[in-house]
Amino acid sequence: MTRLPKKIKARARKPEPAEVPSDLWELRLYVAGKTPKSVRALENLKRLCAENLKGQYHIEVIDLLKHPHRAKVDQIVALPTLVRKLPEPMKKIIGDLSNLSNTQQVLLWGGMSSRTAKSSPEGPDGEGA
Amino acid sequence: MKPAENSGKAGPSLHKCPTGIVGLDQITNGGLPRGRPTLVCGGAGCGKTLFAVEFIVRGATQFNEPGVFMSFEETSEELAANVRSLGFDLDDLVRRKKLAMDFVRVERSEIEETGEYDLDGLFVRLNHAIDSVKAKRVVLDTIETLFAGLSNTAILRAELRRLFLWLKDKGVTVLITGEKGDGTLTRQGIEEYVSDCVIMLDHRVHDQLSTRRLRVVKYRGSTHGTNEYPFIIDEQGMSVLPVTSMGLDHPATTTRISSGVKRLDTMMGGKGFFRGSSILVSGTAGTGKTSLAAAFTKAACERGEKCLFFGFEESPAQIVRNMLSIGIDLAPCVKKGLLRFHTSRPTLYGLETHLTVMHKQIEEFKPSVVIVDPVTNMISAGVAQDVRSMLLRLMDYLKGRQITTMMTSLSSVGDAIEENVGGVSSLIDTWVFVQDIEIGGERNRGLYILKSRGMAHSNQIREFVLSNQGIELLDVYLGPSGVVLAGSARLAQAAREQAEDAASKQEIQRLRTQAQAQRKALEAQIAALQAQALAQNQAIEHLAAQDQLRAVQGQADRMAMARSREADVAAPAVAGPRRGRHL
Repeated sequence: MTRLPKKIKARARKPEPAEVPSDLWELRLYVAGKTPKSVRALENLKRLCAENLKGQYHIEVIDLLKHPHRAKVDQIVALPTLVRKLPEPMKKIIGDLSNLSNTQQVLLWGGMSSRTAKSSPEGPDGEGA
Repeated sequence: MKPAENSGKAGPSLHKCPTGIVGLDQITNGGLPRGRPTLVCGGAGCGKTLFAVEFIVRGATQFNEPGVFMSFEETSEELAANVRSLGFDLDDLVRRKKLAMDFVRVERSEIEETGEYDLDGLFVRLNHAIDSVKAKRVVLDTIETLFAGLSNTAILRAELRRLFLWLKDKGVTVLITGEKGDGTLTRQGIEEYVSDCVIMLDHRVHDQLSTRRLRVVKYRGSTHGTNEYPFIIDEQGMSVLPVTSMGLDHPATTTRISSGVKRLDTMMGGKGFFRGSSILVSGTAGTGKTSLAAAFTKAACERGEKCLFFGFEESPAQIVRNMLSIGIDLAPCVKKGLLRFHTSRPTLYGLETHLTVMHKQIEEFKPSVVIVDPVTNMISAGVAQDVRSMLLRLMDYLKGRQITTMMTSLSSVGDAIEENVGGVSSLIDTWVFVQDIEIGGERNRGLYILKSRGMAHSNQIREFVLSNQGIELLDVYLGPSGVVLAGSARLAQAAREQAEDAASKQEIQRLRTQAQAQRKALEAQIAALQAQALAQNQAIEHLAAQDQLRAVQGQADRMAMARSREADVAAPAVAGPRRGRHL
């Protein structure tokens, strides 16, 4: 029911992304209905993307209650799950993404390593909850 | 739609969901608890997944209960390929909407956890799969894998608890597999959530022989067999040996069946064995145990009964050939489908597995006579006390089905009779003992009935001769010191007796002749005496006649004299001459 805004594109603000301008973050957020967790997750995701990936991302929210067969395709077990289809390698982040720095690290990892280090002042301490 | 369901509704007893696995439904009195989760646990390679697959496949094919197979370890393709050798066509079931398969892969390396989550994804998938085929059965194989993929065990445990409750609400019968943990039933303690029924599978190796066993650890609200039951996995899937030694209430008939050896029947009141009894033929090597078994087999087939021959020493061809040499042709019985051989080496697998295989064969072939040749070879496949209990179970099972069983048992020379049959002699109804008799530089065979419950039987030792005419039992000859004479000694004794017999006949003849001669002599004597008497009589007659003649002559003389004297021939003539002569 919450097929949320699909394509939120914006112009890159900082000069750094120019290194990898062609990168497109294809993100899928799997949820099951509008649960507090899923709402929180979407909010967190949007904020992170807006802060780090201006204009380079594409979020698809998939409500498994409506499309249960989609769960099989991306091997979804836990909810909410954020799947980073692109850039490779594929990454899954489960949970409400409330640990922002951790999420950010994973979300950006492998894509723009240089930026990851800069924009995550908290470092790796948020890991392994 | 299922009988189990109906009967469950009628009373307060637990609804059961039949698994269709041979033997298991007997142990559990009808199957797994319907609508509840059951845990199947065990070590690696013990057959958990196969158990689960069979539960689903049999449900879909035999009980019209579609199922969902959610695998956490193997992909659907791998699984389908693995069980194809067992005759389970999962792809076909999927096509026919009888089965929904889902492979859940949780790869820790590509998963990051941040913040709160739940397993709704799993719920959604499961729900979707259940709805897509209207499943009544669900398998989760092995859900504990989730613990390896997700690190937040607190969430996992809470979610699993919720999952099982949810599945119960859905009313599906769930089977969960779990890897055996260290000192616990499962690694993650899944049994905590699945408390209705727990089945443990085991794969033990003893003396290098492995045996699979199954045990119902717990079954809430139902009685169940508590023993460890051996099971096998073969080309038809799993089968559990449900035989128990609980009941001793098998029926007893008075029907008798021939042993195939006429004189042996005679030794048992002329009628042979009781149908449904257990017969043990024991003896040392080469005493003709198998031959007796073959004769019994042949007799059964000739009556038109089915016979199942378990051989542990010879191949079927070899048995047929060897028995032909003593005039027992088993080949036509095999051709007619009345005789089936099942031969295997005892070391092929453990004792329990052997028995499970035998059980399965018996269930399939439904024979009325079973031969085990030799049962002693089973002992080499197990531990002594196991052998006894397992044989006991087998015999109970056979008796319960009124199957006459003949087992041969090889005893080594010098063994106490009791020891050589794994201590099962007390379970035997009729015990025939074949023995070597060594005398006069020969080995011969002697046979006697050690015991035979419920019938009068001969206590004599008979000589047991194998020839190309078949099996013969011959009369016993007792030597001067009371030993049984057999073979040449018997022949010698027979010859001696024959000679003695002839001698006495001659003597009688001689006496008879003598008597005859004597009679003849007497008769001659009698004749002589009679002749003598006759002669005497004749002499007397002669004298009398002479006397008369003289008298007559005298008178004539007197008359002549008188005439000459011209005497008056008067009346006193008679006195006259006398007087006259005196004159």
